[in-house]
Amino acid sequence: MSDTPGFDTLAIHAGAAPDPATGARITPIYQTTAFVFNDVQHAADLFALRAFGNIYTRIMNPTQSVLEAKVAALEGGTAALAVASGHAAQLLVFHTMMQPGDEFVAARQLYGGSINQFSHSFKSFGWNVVWADSEDVSSFEKAITPKTKAIFIESICNPGGRFIDIEAVAKIAKKAGIPLIVDNTLATPYLCNPFRHGANIVLHSLTKFMGGHGNSMGGVIVDGGNFDWSASGKYPLLSEPNESYHGLKLHETFGGIAFAIACRVLGLRDLGPAIAPLNSFLILTGMETLALRMRKHCDNTLEVATWLSKHPKVAWVNYAGLPGDKHHGLQQKYAPKGAGAVFTFGLKGGYDAGVKLVSDVKLFSHLANIGDTRSLIIHPASTTHSQLSKEQQVTAGAGPDVVRLSVGIEDAKDIIADLEQGLG
Amino acid sequence: MNHDSYSADYIKHILKSVKTIALVGASANIVRPSYFVMKYLIDKGYSVIPVNPGLAGQELLGQKVYASLADIPLSIDMVDVFRNSEAAMAITDEALALPEKPKVIWMQLSVRNDEAAAKAEQAGVQVVMNRCPKIEYGKLSGEWAWVGGNSGVISSKRQNLHESGRMQSLGLGARDKDG
Repeated sequence: MSDTPGFDTLAIHAGAAPDPATGARITPIYQTTAFVFNDVQHAADLFALRAFGNIYTRIMNPTQSVLEAKVAALEGGTAALAVASGHAAQLLVFHTMMQPGDEFVAARQLYGGSINQFSHSFKSFGWNVVWADSEDVSSFEKAITPKTKAIFIESICNPGGRFIDIEAVAKIAKKAGIPLIVDNTLATPYLCNPFRHGANIVLHSLTKFMGGHGNSMGGVIVDGGNFDWSASGKYPLLSEPNESYHGLKLHETFGGIAFAIACRVLGLRDLGPAIAPLNSFLILTGMETLALRMRKHCDNTLEVATWLSKHPKVAWVNYAGLPGDKHHGLQQKYAPKGAGAVFTFGLKGGYDAGVKLVSDVKLFSHLANIGDTRSLIIHPASTTHSQLSKEQQVTAGAGPDVVRLSVGIEDAKDIIADLEQGLG
Repeated sequence: MNHDSYSADYIKHILKSVKTIALVGASANIVRPSYFVMKYLIDKGYSVIPVNPGLAGQELLGQKVYASLADIPLSIDMVDVFRNSEAAMAITDEALALPEKPKVIWMQLSVRNDEAAAKAEQAGVQVVMNRCPKIEYGKLSGEWAWVGGNSGVISSKRQNLHESGRMQSLGLGARDKDG
């Protein structure tokens, strides 16, 4: 076999050798809370991190481990940690790098749920978000202060399907000596590899395209292994002796996987958002066809977006895959295989027309998710982004006239026919 | 030899061929990486001889500590360098001066001395730099994946399983005695 397996091969095989205990070819669902120790010394070594091994499903589980190894391989990271949801992944990442009073800079153009988490819940931990504009990369540099611990962006922004110049933001982060965190949920590693463009940590909601079938919640943190957590003294959880491990220094001990380990043995251990073994299994099954699905998602979406852009009731279409789109150049650079399957368009009839369309479609499902095999539709202003102010809605790309689609892998002609009757 | 990236085969061959390892810079502090690595390698069946002049004569994990490589009364297959990059040169010189040269000089994560490496290779000694044998063993044995690690190894063969229930044999595939 070749030394460097291709993406489709990795999606099926990475992390997923036959089960060592039983020979089962498909990764079994290890539906157990805990694992017996070989002896007292083995137990002590596991707890002190002197040995690798399973302890308790709140910290690790063999089904989950296969999922982690697979995502790490697809992203080109050193290690990964799967957790209960994308939101849990974000919580653990910031818990590992932030102290009360610290700041991080995030793009304003984010999933509405992330805007809420950063603006409100994180504030109660004393973690302060400072917003920057993905359309004006210099705004990230201007937002950095001595308290800034990280920059956070989405590779393809939800809901707008917009792109950002990842390399330009990575340069700013590097200059400031802070890590760049990229949420790669909408692109998946099939379309975009943020580590190749300077990212240090990649996150996913596995609930979306990675699992792909709308049946399981999950999130993942991928460690790029390419950031020096000890250089600045800004990340004491990683660089300083840890009291809960008898003075162990995580970065010194675990090198290139220290961040993933810290998220597991501190954040996940103490905050507890573990992924269920069954969810790991379902997401693993979905991920085997990630490349096939993403190709079909992108083909369908380009067809649908092209059709919508010519429709008389449609005011505008934001899809970077369209040759005339203002982000087409960025898309060609960062995700040349396709612009993803989530995009927004505007209706000339405004808020009421949006509400009417989501009510009248018959194939599209009206729900608050993306990245399913099924085509999905939502009117963000009345749902996912309704908790934001009008101004926040507009800057997040979720104004009153906006409809978001997550185009599925049905026949494109049927998807278009449904929109046609819904708009009619 | 390209010391920026090593093939899995190169590392695997080294870890399978060496039996006796002198660990220079051994520590009695149980949270130091050198203690972790020494304990791990002993658990995997290697004979590890600690070297640290400050602890000479004492016992560490049941092994007698020596002040220098030259003091070790038996031949060693590999020298594991737990000192800084600069010190790696003197340790390499010491290793190459032994009556029986080691087969491998291994420098730990963040330790790299290209001059010392060239000298060792000139003398027919294999070199690994800026790597940890615990991590590399974990990657090749499958244990690495237990912490979500990307081993770079894919296989349709069943992994080796130790009788204790711990995967700890090197090399994916052959359920043989190659651990």
